Amino acid sequence: MIISVASGKGGTGKTTISVNMALALGAGVELLDCDVEEPNAHLFLKPVIERSERVETPIPLVDLEKCTFCRKCSAICRFNALAVVAQKVLVFPELCHSCGGCMAVCPGGAITEIGRELGMLNFGDSNGIRFINGRLRVGEAMSPPLIKRVRAARDLDLITIIDAPPGTSCPVIAAMNGADFILMVTEPTPFGLHDLKLAVEAVRLLGIPCGLVINRADIGDNKVFDYAERENLPILLTIPFDRRIAEAYSQGRNIVEVFPEWRERFVALFRDIEAIIIEEKDKAAACANL
Amino acid sequence: MKVAVTSKGILLSSDVDPRFGRAPYILIVDTDTWAFEVVDNGDNANAFKGAGIQAATMVSDKGASVLMTGYCGPKAFSTLEAAGVKVIDDITGSVRDAIKVFNEGKVTYAAAANKEAHW
Repeated sequence: MIISVASGKGGTGKTTISVNMALALGAGVELLDCDVEEPNAHLFLKPVIERSERVETPIPLVDLEKCTFCRKCSAICRFNALAVVAQKVLVFPELCHSCGGCMAVCPGGAITEIGRELGMLNFGDSNGIRFINGRLRVGEAMSPPLIKRVRAARDLDLITIIDAPPGTSCPVIAAMNGADFILMVTEPTPFGLHDLKLAVEAVRLLGIPCGLVINRADIGDNKVFDYAERENLPILLTIPFDRRIAEAYSQGRNIVEVFPEWRERFVALFRDIEAIIIEEKDKAAACANL
Repeated sequence: MKVAVTSKGILLSSDVDPRFGRAPYILIVDTDTWAFEVVDNGDNANAFKGAGIQAATMVSDKGASVLMTGYCGPKAFSTLEAAGVKVIDDITGSVRDAIKVFNEGKVTYAAAANKEAHW
């Protein structure tokens, strides 16, 4: 089971929710920090990192001896990562999306692939909670291939919680696609609502069931609540704007550790999500049987 | 000699477009005869990524030896450099003004890109 925790707007509490839900459930869970541009879940989960591996993505290497300058490679590349001019072939690695198209269409077999470093994968454990994060190389702009590698390392026997990056573009899609449930963390502010709407539209395109956590629920206005009702988005948890929670956070301590009564609320959050997933699967199965 | 000039329109009196890859038109002007070809850069102007690279390839294919434009980014610049096309940047006014300045020899060739890469 994969639960992806996303938000639209940054800084609403994705990592807080991901880490606290993981801690509340304990062993049998894994937390994948897919916010590879600025991973921070490890600061709160405090895992022991057991091993790390370098992640590369393939880019074309052109053998000019074999190249006939036919331009089939540059013609098929929709990202213009190759240019053929004056008996030269230029490769722009930062534009390459590693599709292998250029290599496939090259009639002379002049293109092979070499690796370009994207970043690191780190594997660890925190009291029985499996932990993986990706860390994008500084200066690298392309995060989805690294996010996919973090996800590919998941353990199928565990409950997978994904801490997604903010936004609604390729990185967050890479962290949500194929999940069983998207938990949207938002706040009742105009920015929170605006970005939540965009994120919900993206989730609807992916066809994944979705529910809300409203953080700092007693600030701002009621518009997020109205929106949730209109859109039939279940509000699964609300967290008040509480100075004690903020103070604990600032010291790297987690809600479920400082306020034990929250442990069961996060377990209940998971149970609600699980129930929605089962219900949706039953509905899908019923449709398939019709 | 053929000189490519980025343009907002299809005439010699049109304003130079400061953008290279995403200019709507690129005029390929013969500096001796003032005969010119209008290249519609519209598809490229809407390219998802690498508009400058495509435009640079096109300019080279059209046989231009020099590009006159406002700004040229690093990927376009290295493509032009590989193709042997020299760049004159920071050009303003009309296409006609640009060619006049070129014919008077009052130009400086750029040694590097004068704009950062776009993401």
